[in-house]
Amino acid sequence: MRPGWRRIGNVAATAVVCAIACLASAGAAEPELPPGLDASPEPESSQTEPALPPGLGGEATASDGPALPPGLGGDDSPSEGPALPPGLGGDDSPSEGPALPPGLGDASAGEAEAPSDDADSRRFRLNLHGFWETRAGVRTQSDRAQSKDLILGDTRLQLKTQQFWDPVRFEATGDVYLDAVLEEAMFDLRTFRFSWSPLPSLDIRVGRQVLTWGTGDMLFINDMFPKDWESYFSGREQEYLKAPSDALRVGWYTEAANVEVVYTPQFDHDRFIRGRRISYWNPLAGGHAGSEDQVDYNAPNDWFEDDEIAVRVYRTFGAFEAATYGYWGYWKSPGGQRLLPLGQARFPRLAVYGASLRGPVGRGIANIEFGYYDSRQDRSGADPFVNNSEFRLLVGYEQELARNFTGAIQYYMEYMTDYGAYERARFFFEPKRDKNRHVVTLRLTKLLMNQNLTLSMFAYMSPSDRDAYLRPKATYKVNDHWTVEAGANVFLGESDTSFFGQFEDNSNVYAGARYSF
Amino acid sequence: MKFSWLMLSGILAGLACAGLAVPAVAQDAAPSVDEIVAKTNHMAYYQGASGRARVKMTITDSQGRARSKEFTMLRKNMDDQDKTQRFYVYFHAPADERGTVFMVHKFVDKDDDRWLYMPALDVVKRIAASDERTSFVGSHFFYEDVSGRGLDEDHHELVETTDTYYVLKNTPKDPGSVEFDSYTMYIHKDTFIPVLTQYEKGGEVYRESKALAVEEIQGYKTVTRSMISDMNQGGQTTLEYTSVTYDTDLPDDLFTERRLRNAPMEHLQD
Repeated sequence: MRPGWRRIGNVAATAVVCAIACLASAGAAEPELPPGLDASPEPESSQTEPALPPGLGGEATASDGPALPPGLGGDDSPSEGPALPPGLGGDDSPSEGPALPPGLGDASAGEAEAPSDDADSRRFRLNLHGFWETRAGVRTQSDRAQSKDLILGDTRLQLKTQQFWDPVRFEATGDVYLDAVLEEAMFDLRTFRFSWSPLPSLDIRVGRQVLTWGTGDMLFINDMFPKDWESYFSGREQEYLKAPSDALRVGWYTEAANVEVVYTPQFDHDRFIRGRRISYWNPLAGGHAGSEDQVDYNAPNDWFEDDEIAVRVYRTFGAFEAATYGYWGYWKSPGGQRLLPLGQARFPRLAVYGASLRGPVGRGIANIEFGYYDSRQDRSGADPFVNNSEFRLLVGYEQELARNFTGAIQYYMEYMTDYGAYERARFFFEPKRDKNRHVVTLRLTKLLMNQNLTLSMFAYMSPSDRDAYLRPKATYKVNDHWTVEAGANVFLGESDTSFFGQFEDNSNVYAGARYSF
Repeated sequence: MKFSWLMLSGILAGLACAGLAVPAVAQDAAPSVDEIVAKTNHMAYYQGASGRARVKMTITDSQGRARSKEFTMLRKNMDDQDKTQRFYVYFHAPADERGTVFMVHKFVDKDDDRWLYMPALDVVKRIAASDERTSFVGSHFFYEDVSGRGLDEDHHELVETTDTYYVLKNTPKDPGSVEFDSYTMYIHKDTFIPVLTQYEKGGEVYRESKALAVEEIQGYKTVTRSMISDMNQGGQTTLEYTSVTYDTDLPDDLFTERRLRNAPMEHLQD
């Protein structure tokens, strides 16, 4: 014991001497340096030269010991100065002793963590996340078709979890919310999905899931997965535009091409505008219809018979992404009426064939997409009860205009085939559609305050319908948990019957606060 | 009096400290500027054939308000020329960004390709090439700090060689494209790790990035803590790297649209 103590004593003494020496030289140098530019061989560098971080510290701190401290004051170097010398003779990383996982030294530090991570991933973890949100929106004018001015009144709790049981991944997301407009409590299961890769090139994902593809920004040609227009128009968070599908998604990925097939055994129609929250133009009644006069509809719903198949084949050519699409199913929002029951909305058969290309052009990203909508129950266009076939085209371009400021523009067109047949067969009371419908969209996004404040404007403008839909929005991230948002949905139109114009009385402003965890 | 005390302490300090370090002084010929630049670039962005790290980012604004983000970053070098690379950045936190993925195919001689995946909408968005000196996810780091600045964009000049550092002054060839007049890097001579980088405008340092901790992981010297401070606006961002591994087997198809939608959980520990 005694010799040991003595040795420690010696070491300690040496340490003290060394520490004092280092400090002393440092202390002495501090006032000396500015005037004594000649006293030190490299005065400028010794003043500005940075302290080495721990890890590079060992050798460096020692050699820098005298030079560094003056410039850098009390924070890191003094502790290194004295700490270093005593502990570990000539060893490489003495200074980290306390700072880093001590003594673990080199490889062991990294490798020590890896096993525990693996253990973590095998263990079941609750892994529960989500948010609580309250959001309300009111019409900016009264709507004779609706008894309430309130267009949105949600208090919502979303819970989600994700589990990875190699090789299967499971995800679930569910929303519970109180809806003050419809005066009901709702449960919306948004995701309940299992993913599995039986082969390295094959993904199988089955269950309830939100699905998206295509290149449009808030315009969809080949994305035939269900949308929730009611949420979109009434000021819910943008993610609610996509409604979930109950589907099987199989992806096969090869060098030559990637193939994705989505099979939906029971038709999932859009959550379309039907009057209960947003009023619409009812041609039969010749007026706006609201919650008292909702769309009567009858959707195909036989499992495995009234099914949908969507296919995408895509690959990249350099920086460009090319895709072709196919869809066999039904018009996702009502695409016709029945005579009996009178005017009942229906979802006739539809096939869509299309393609898209997206890639960098100039300083921005350009995209082009088209699709042919084959209205299979009215190929001649002469059936007034079923939509005609259409060509749809989309061209878009996005570019950063200035730092933290992005602009995007899209041109979109619908071209109705067999227009002559449509005109002849059309009912006199129905608003007449144009042969071509043109829409231009504009998106401007500005990020401010360390990107915590986002100001954005998305506008749809149709020169042919002479109507528009504006979506201004401001989102502020208060901190890591809280986000507040306010915005508006403004519908403008010369006519009561045009696509956006019919919603004019639904124009609204909304605000919400969300706590994420 | 003062003079001798200084001399004495200097000698003492020299004796006490000399033995501990400076083994690196045994340098043969000093490397050329181009070598220093290339090795520094390699150390900062290209170590190992691939890499993985879990990163905690703390952004503190001028008023001391802190926000944090956590992400796993997967990187793969697509050549051994220190040029083409792929990055996959998966966000774990904050909660409202969880599952968001940012993917970059980085090229040296042309604009990078970037994608953003937003899980709630299942949308894969292509992001326009932006000003490289735009904040990365709201932090004080620029895109360029995260993935590297093109070596050809600056004139490099070795202004000083100290016992510990090569001091490089870098002046942009196109001053209009950046906000600085020049930046000075203190590059650790033994490891080529840039310990301090100071950006100057009008003769004043207004922004600096520092390596705060270095660890040796699988034989690679790795910066495990770094910080960027903005002296003009106030505020700083620190990055802490944990679970760093190198030369992990990351297949090429990890950096594709498929994996944006179906994240490679085996590499992410979400």
